[in-house]
Amino acid sequence: MRGPPVDVAFLSRLQFALTIGFHYIYPPLSIGLGVLLVAMEGTYLVTRNPIYQQMTRFFVRVFGLTFAVGVATGIVMEFEFGTNWAAYSRFVGDVFGSALAAEGIFAFFLESGFLALLLFGWNKVGPRVHFLSTVFVCLGAHFSAIWIVVANSWMQTPAGYHLVTDAAGRTRAEITDFWALVFNPSSVDRLLHTIVAAWSTGAFFVLSIAAYYLVTRRHEAFARATMRIGLALAVIASLASLVTGDLSAKGVARHQPEKFAAMEGVMEASAPAALHVLGWVDEANRHVVGIEIPGLLSWMVTGDASAPIPGVRAFPAGDLPPLNMTFQGFHLMVAIGTALVGLSLAGVALLPGGRLFRSRWLLRVFVAAVLGPQLANQLGWMTAEVGRQPWIVYKLMRTAEGLSPAVKGPEVLFSLVLFTAIYLLLFVLFLFLLDEKIAHGPLDGDLPADARHRA
Amino acid sequence: MIDLHTIWFLLVGTLLAGYAVLDGFDLGVGALHLFSQSDEQRRLFLNAIGPVWDGNEVWLVTGAGALFAAFPDVYATVFSGFYVPMILLLVGLIFRAVAIEFRSKQPGPRWRRSWDRSFSIASVGSSLLMGIAFGNVIWGIPIGPDGEFSGSLLSVLNPYALLTGVTTVALFAMHGAIYLVLKTEGEAQRMVKGWINNTIIVFVICYTTTTMATLIYRPEMTALIQAHPGLFALPLATMLAIANVPRSMHHGWHGWAFISSSGAVLGLFGLVGVGMFPMLVRAADPARSLTIYTSASSPATLAIMLTIALIGIPLVLAYTVSIYWIFRGKVTLDSMSY
Repeated sequence: MRGPPVDVAFLSRLQFALTIGFHYIYPPLSIGLGVLLVAMEGTYLVTRNPIYQQMTRFFVRVFGLTFAVGVATGIVMEFEFGTNWAAYSRFVGDVFGSALAAEGIFAFFLESGFLALLLFGWNKVGPRVHFLSTVFVCLGAHFSAIWIVVANSWMQTPAGYHLVTDAAGRTRAEITDFWALVFNPSSVDRLLHTIVAAWSTGAFFVLSIAAYYLVTRRHEAFARATMRIGLALAVIASLASLVTGDLSAKGVARHQPEKFAAMEGVMEASAPAALHVLGWVDEANRHVVGIEIPGLLSWMVTGDASAPIPGVRAFPAGDLPPLNMTFQGFHLMVAIGTALVGLSLAGVALLPGGRLFRSRWLLRVFVAAVLGPQLANQLGWMTAEVGRQPWIVYKLMRTAEGLSPAVKGPEVLFSLVLFTAIYLLLFVLFLFLLDEKIAHGPLDGDLPADARHRA
Repeated sequence: MIDLHTIWFLLVGTLLAGYAVLDGFDLGVGALHLFSQSDEQRRLFLNAIGPVWDGNEVWLVTGAGALFAAFPDVYATVFSGFYVPMILLLVGLIFRAVAIEFRSKQPGPRWRRSWDRSFSIASVGSSLLMGIAFGNVIWGIPIGPDGEFSGSLLSVLNPYALLTGVTTVALFAMHGAIYLVLKTEGEAQRMVKGWINNTIIVFVICYTTTTMATLIYRPEMTALIQAHPGLFALPLATMLAIANVPRSMHHGWHGWAFISSSGAVLGLFGLVGVGMFPMLVRAADPARSLTIYTSASSPATLAIMLTIALIGIPLVLAYTVSIYWIFRGKVTLDSMSY
């Protein structure tokens, strides 16, 4: 037997992590920017203040760029279940496939069709129809999140299925109740958390650009108006992330206790659990070093500080996820999420009288904060997926059983190297072009004709 | 009475045929892209497909999703079996998408030339690989007792599959050239018109060769037509649609030429479907072929998915028709163009 670093399972997992991780930079931006574009264009239609039209047009161009990379990297995901996870695909196709197909038919057609009008339709349709297409693109992006999170949640907390073994002895999951599948125990909590995190991603993205203009003293009127809209969404989304995150974590405690124990660093088999503010998990000795508040976790989950929480030792070693990775992913995400709440509240507090716009150090923090939601998104998905290990479908199929028997190590190595190189190239180009668009700034041509004359 | 499995054979076929007709022309535009003479012409070409190419590609994404949902064993066997070609197809589709988006973002000639090449090579490569995949499904692939692909990369690149691959490129190039004639005017249109005859000739040679090869080596593909002579209308209509392409072009009926080449794409797709039914993938050992009955999801899933399709398809058609209607007519360049 060969060692782990070159085997098909390791390479296939690495490739999936790389391709989904890179792809996941873009969809939350599309979702969050979609909401902001609706707000910007809607404000323009109501107030007829030309600055909002300029804002809409500027961010539509940015949206086009992020959407293109999102689409290009998204197709890979649609194919990768079949190419690298054939056994998994056979096992779940009956259940999981319908969610993917529904995503295509309900979300992608809506999104891509109206994107054409959003990008190229300024002179083809009136302002109201254009606004309607912005709304449809935004809805399409949300629908896409719904179906993909439903599909992934089914892998976390399977429901509405039964296992069927055919004459050849092959077992697969088949639907018994479509709505039970869609509303499986984790899908609503996780969907809400994913969507508000995406709003936060969009909000801090526009805040970063606007804050950069204020720091460099360019396009200041534009930037101030953009910051107000961005801050409104940032406050809502970052607070909602805490609430939905709490709901999600409680759901994990109920339905995936092994993952919960790993996330929170609960080691004792059954004891009142402390909340770790931060720490390091010694996997070998099953011990956590760090700052803890005794009983707080038990209280948060059950309302009783002395209630026992099942810990790592309560479960067979073979059914546990990597402990420290799950712990750190979760804790870093929570830390970033909390910091974003503080930052957005500080921004709002300094808004009256425009103190925020003169507070250069805080504006600099906003410029950098674009990375916060992006990192939290990646860490959150990592926690969800690594924390589900060793299962690909929780308690039904182990990850190693889901691979493609027809695909050999060198082939996966080839595709992994290829995707790594291409994604690096795409990322560099994306940043370069985004930087150009930001440097270029909102154009005078983006103002309505009459406002241009006045200017 | 038509059963659920047959309905899903038709629905997956419809999605993939819709993809071939729609993305077919923008892949074809990509194949012809490097023959253009100036930056302005290239921009015209890109903007001719600009508002629609992304929506066209959704037909493939949804087709793959529907295949996964309705016939998971086909999705699993084919996608993992054709691993390297599938990965290269994905690379092609990635480069096409970003080339269209990135090209216009910088004025430098080197930047633009690189993306022009990426777009064109990726378009030709993607068409070729999709044609190769279909060729293999028709020709038959080695499938082991476990239902998994048991061949090699070389067995995927067999002569018949290469022939169907080249035929697909030629078909899309012809289809794309006609689309460009519809969308352009003046000098650009005159230039594209000059290419059309060549694309038709190359395609007809490929079409005839593929048809001969299929009749000689895979006569099973005609079994259903032999059993139901009424189906002979399909190859006849396909042939007439192809013949109508040069005729319409000659008379300057560009709309009819495009309808005819769309008919040719659909007809050829239909012939593959009629030839394969009820098989989805032919196996070298016929007992292991994947049929609509042996590779399908449960009837419950097929029924649920049918409900989803019945709700979704009218919506999809409504969006598609409105977008094409809004962007009808000759393409012009403005500040929002690529």
